[in-house]
Amino acid sequence: MSVRSVFPQLEQLLPRVSKPIQYVGGELGAVVKDWDATTVRWALMYPDAYEVGLPNQGVQILYEVLNEQPDVLAERTYAVWPDLEALMKEHGVPQFTVDAHRPVHAFDVLGLSFATELGYTNMLSALDLAGIPLESKDRTVDHPVVLAGGHASFNPEPIADFIDAAVLGDGEEAVLEITGIIRQWKAEGCPGGRDELLLRLARTESIYVPRFYDVDYLPDGRIQRVVPNRPDVPFRVHKRTTMDLDAWPYPKKPLVPLAETVHERYAVEIFRGCTRGCRFCQAGMITRPVRERSITTVGQMVKEGLEFSGFSEVGLLSLSSADHSEIGDMCSGLAEQYADTNVSLSLPSTRVDAFNIDLAQELSRNGRRTGLTFAPEGGSERIRKVINKMVTEEDLIRTVVTAYSNGWRSVKLYFMCGLPTETDDDVLQIGRMAHEVIKAGRIATGTKDIKCTVSIGAFVPKPHTPFQWAAMERPEVIDNRLRMLKQEINSDRSLGRAIGYRYHDGQPSLIEGLLSRGDRRVGAVIRRAWDKGQRFDGWSEHFSYTRWVEAAAETLPAFGVDLDWFTTREREQLEVLPWDHLDSGLDKDWLWQDWQDSMSSYEQDDCRWTPCFDCGVCPSMDTEIQIGPTGKKLLPLTPVKSLRVPV
Amino acid sequence: MAKNQPVGGQAPVVQRVRLRYAKRGPLRFTSHRDFARAFERALRRAAVPIAYSQGFTPHPKISYASAAPTGVGSEAEYLEIGLQAEVDPAQLIVALDAALSPGIDILEAVVAREGSSLADRIDASRWLIELPGIEPQAAADAVATFLAAPEVQVERMTKQGRRSFDARSAVTFFAVTKQSGAPSEAAAAPCAIIDLVVRQVTPAVRPDDVLSGLRVVAGLEPPVPPRVTRLAQGTLTPQGEIVDPLEADREDAPIGGH
Repeated sequence: MSVRSVFPQLEQLLPRVSKPIQYVGGELGAVVKDWDATTVRWALMYPDAYEVGLPNQGVQILYEVLNEQPDVLAERTYAVWPDLEALMKEHGVPQFTVDAHRPVHAFDVLGLSFATELGYTNMLSALDLAGIPLESKDRTVDHPVVLAGGHASFNPEPIADFIDAAVLGDGEEAVLEITGIIRQWKAEGCPGGRDELLLRLARTESIYVPRFYDVDYLPDGRIQRVVPNRPDVPFRVHKRTTMDLDAWPYPKKPLVPLAETVHERYAVEIFRGCTRGCRFCQAGMITRPVRERSITTVGQMVKEGLEFSGFSEVGLLSLSSADHSEIGDMCSGLAEQYADTNVSLSLPSTRVDAFNIDLAQELSRNGRRTGLTFAPEGGSERIRKVINKMVTEEDLIRTVVTAYSNGWRSVKLYFMCGLPTETDDDVLQIGRMAHEVIKAGRIATGTKDIKCTVSIGAFVPKPHTPFQWAAMERPEVIDNRLRMLKQEINSDRSLGRAIGYRYHDGQPSLIEGLLSRGDRRVGAVIRRAWDKGQRFDGWSEHFSYTRWVEAAAETLPAFGVDLDWFTTREREQLEVLPWDHLDSGLDKDWLWQDWQDSMSSYEQDDCRWTPCFDCGVCPSMDTEIQIGPTGKKLLPLTPVKSLRVPV
Repeated sequence: MAKNQPVGGQAPVVQRVRLRYAKRGPLRFTSHRDFARAFERALRRAAVPIAYSQGFTPHPKISYASAAPTGVGSEAEYLEIGLQAEVDPAQLIVALDAALSPGIDILEAVVAREGSSLADRIDASRWLIELPGIEPQAAADAVATFLAAPEVQVERMTKQGRRSFDARSAVTFFAVTKQSGAPSEAAAAPCAIIDLVVRQVTPAVRPDDVLSGLRVVAGLEPPVPPRVTRLAQGTLTPQGEIVDPLEADREDAPIGGH
């Protein structure tokens, strides 16, 4: 049966909401297919506002991969702002996709990409608007499979009641396998209903179906064990790894929105994974091993991506882009190719060394200079050893001064507050370091016209990292340190004027910590907070700490635990963690050893240029590091001489 | 740093082309800023040899005539681009239209002749207003009351706060059309269709201000949001006609315009 567009109803509401363009679709690269000509239909959701969700690489990649299949249809949906949500409820308009404005409840799968846990409440709003029961147990064969992916799905336990399944790791191949399973099950006439479909997914051993696992608790509130409640599902669910990024050069046809979004650029992921070993970094831990995209594939993607999209900016993305084995040739080659155009190239530059500046210098050859950002993360050398961010104070000052000497007037420095073992003095050291940076910069450039911006946020311990056992610092302590740091920066008025200061206070981070390391009992808190009206947790104007604290206080005592128990409590070695049955490839004993090393300020090298340190990923996932160099170079492009007229 | 200053500057403008474009269907919700970003990308996608301004952050040479409000459709939006190489206007239409989302459609392109600017040739707009759920006779009565009033004070929120102004004097033609053409939303419900010509004045009087005027003078309240489309822009003649602003640029146009 065909599915009607809800646009005629929606259209009546759009003149009454802010930025209506975000709800109408019509992007370049968007695909609208005939519903009846397809057999497996995906609604992909990034559970945040369109302006944040549209540029998301993960969703764009899966959207394109799925739509390339002739019998598969994929459309996108985003969180609607409260003004439209209220009108949709009043007028009975359901959650819709922006591509063909089809109701989300009509699809086979609702796939949600959780880059962070701050999208959980928005998922509940979308399910509610879609008319899909909020809890998995209440859904029938007529409802979509609600499937979570993205980094947060490495611990989906807090949303275990709301989702039907979760995929860990890379999605490119996973979505096709899931599509195949659904296609087969539908072709057979949906035998065994929803339960059978979920069972087939679970049997892949890489899709986690929470309802097939029971969690038992100890009297003190800790988890006793998590075990399958049926014989035919695996004890542990393993993450997915896409090994050959050159075989998956997506996005080829990036979505180009009419509405303004947070990133307006063609982004190419130049490698995936990171083995720098920063102990706070979940992304670096769960995406191992490092897999590079070759210089020639990157060059081809940039050329075709720019021609398709008309973007004037290119981002060469990864977790530490300067570490690509061919980054020098890649930057000089691209700079050469786009020298006479108004295209600007940028590299997220977090590595604190002079090489980073050489690369940025290369990329700004056509006069378009992008910002320079360094991420020492910790203020003192001691705390940087704890987090395994190996950079000395002299290195940092020398690097920033080199940037000033090469013409950058302003640099950004990123830090975290509330790291394990941190004292007030570690944070105050950030201010002293910023003073030294400005002093040295003024001497080197002979001008007072230089600035730096100190940007600092609270540390949130994440699952599958060496800090997964760590206690969070209380928000009051964080906020006090942030205040002291501000005073320290301004203690010298001349230097302080040259230093910008941006910070995120501790309260939202504590809630993020609850959602990151929570177990199934935290689902009740999410539900209660949402019932109280909580939405858009990543937006300070919508986030209410009070609402979350109340929701926790109203729900958790029934389980004998509380907000502090989940956040500011340090875990012990033998405690069963809520995500232990979810296999990121990292050996838990190695993570524990690295946590202990951290406490004794023992640093860990990178396995790309030192021997393997047995984190466990490659042998358990049957993967290996894939790095170049290939030895190839980018050649200059032939300039386009005439209008590009379609034939 | 001196060595990073752009050297040699940008290529000069050798041709100026004026375009008429439409904002249709769902894409009428495109704001002017959204359109401007999309248009700049389309220039790059279509490899149009656009000229750029000088300086560290060169901007493409594009100038816009007054843009229709967000949410209002248009068949008559205008802009002018400066090019660093000559192009065939017919090819330009095809290339640009293919580079833009369907619903933002390039309709005409003419090479600008010397003489007046686009802005000089636009002082009025013709609007089509569909009022689903409103009986044509009720609309006609309200329009008659509006036209009979010497002035009609309406209010609108502006950046400077709530502002009151006269919506009557800028209106030069206002009538309910015979219900030729069905309303855009297929329905058995009645739908009044209005033809409206408004002069450009300061503060601007927009179609929704005129509709506010109908509410003020006759209590006319559409049950659903009206649908508005700009049909034409140009110079208003004493006879009440709107002169196409591109006419004076056409090859066969007599010098001196209409």
